[in-house]
Amino acid sequence: MPDLLDALLAAWQLVLSGDPALVAIVSLSLSISLTAVVFATAFGLPLGAALAVSRFPGRNAAVVLVNALMGLPPVVAGLFVYLLLSRSGPLGGLGLLFTPTAMIIAQTVLVTPIVAGVARQALEDLWRDYGELYVLDGVGRVRTVASLLWLGRFSLVTAVLAGVGRAAAEVGAILIVGGNIAGVTRTMTTAITLETSRGDLALALGLGIVLLVLVLAINATAQLIRNTARSAAAI
Amino acid sequence: MRAWVLALTAGFFLLSASSANAEQQFITVASTTSTEESGLFGHLLPGFTKETGIEVRVVAVGTGQALKIGERGDCDVVFVHDKPAELDFVAKGFGIGRREVMYNDFVLIGPGADPAQVGRGKDIVAAFRKIAQAQAPFVARGDDSGTSKAELRLWQEAGVDSTAARGGWYRDTGSGMGPTLNTAAAMDGYALSDRGTWLSFKNKQDLKIVVEGDRRLFNQYGIMLVNPVKHPEVKQALGRKFIDWLVSPAGQQAIANYKINGEQLFFPDADSRRPGA
Repeated sequence: MPDLLDALLAAWQLVLSGDPALVAIVSLSLSISLTAVVFATAFGLPLGAALAVSRFPGRNAAVVLVNALMGLPPVVAGLFVYLLLSRSGPLGGLGLLFTPTAMIIAQTVLVTPIVAGVARQALEDLWRDYGELYVLDGVGRVRTVASLLWLGRFSLVTAVLAGVGRAAAEVGAILIVGGNIAGVTRTMTTAITLETSRGDLALALGLGIVLLVLVLAINATAQLIRNTARSAAAI
Repeated sequence: MRAWVLALTAGFFLLSASSANAEQQFITVASTTSTEESGLFGHLLPGFTKETGIEVRVVAVGTGQALKIGERGDCDVVFVHDKPAELDFVAKGFGIGRREVMYNDFVLIGPGADPAQVGRGKDIVAAFRKIAQAQAPFVARGDDSGTSKAELRLWQEAGVDSTAARGGWYRDTGSGMGPTLNTAAAMDGYALSDRGTWLSFKNKQDLKIVVEGDRRLFNQYGIMLVNPVKHPEVKQALGRKFIDWLVSPAGQQAIANYKINGEQLFFPDADSRRPGA
């Protein structure tokens, strides 16, 4: 128990101190994870929608693949991106390894299937209910997808939030492609890993509590927006 | 939503632009967890950066992985502690200009009760034999790091087949020095650690040094440039500047000055007369 109290105390002191290094780590974490989620949403939503409304040979296989990739181990995603971006890899010339950009790419790979998978499920249900209407009205494919995305916007927030959760929590991918370089690629989760290695368990857990509060704040904000939008839509 | 996307994308580009600015003057060094986790780099690098304007970005991993990063051309300089592997790295043409920089030593860590009766002797090989005889838990790195390789050499010298004891008293964690010490603390096990990581480690619990001072526990650190002939992107001039600084009197003094609770962690031993190999 005293360990847990120490951790709470450490978290509190971290926040109070307003340490510039901590502020830098927090803002890097947020900008990497949120940017990755934006990209993952841009790729994942259309992909999920396309899988929901279209019927083509191999669709089932594609659905299974997306669902399986939702559980892609972060280390594997990280290793994959590492080998791509390494100087000896196909994209080595870009010199992106050990930069925040590499971390965004790795998290995008990790989060896209989650957004696509959750979105597909939500949109497929809508498609089952309204699909015939679109077909009867002769609405084109692209407009149908756009309309479904709009209809399902409240459920899609959940898809995006699942992505945010994954991106904010993972350490395996960004540790490999970012290298946990102090002041350059050190984020909340890689800092927690480092402090655990140093045996400073209270500080590590304290950082974890700060991270948890941040993720909680993001989710609360999303919930608030969703409720406000919903009541506005009801009027 | 669209405004959000725009704002975040703009933020992302600003982020990459700011790192692009710094790109003119930085090198990437693949090094070991012991140099990073002991706080040595935190002590050394600000001085070097102030003097030269070169930022040093350290990727701290095990020696085996650090050499691999160098082999793939993903860093400019490798700073590690496994002499046979380093010499092999240079022999294969992956690295050039290897210099010895400093040393410290390994220590055998164990629970205060000392169930294997290793005592506080100096003979590390005898201590390893006693641990094997008592079948006391030994927590191993098992991650191809310099410490891991040194440990395996000691088991060999003790005539103990540690691979056969895997899953039994020999517990191969496949993790860094810190996590290994965390595990040893939790299961009252023995572990081989470099002194630097041990001194700066904060979760010691009941663990203590049980053997130290054996000549065979000597731990040499070496630094080398990744071969620019193999990887033209290597920042040769900046990398050399860093190496030269570390082996210069100023760099050597800075290493000697690093202390935790008054105890010196690393001992500079660069031979300044020796030119790069």
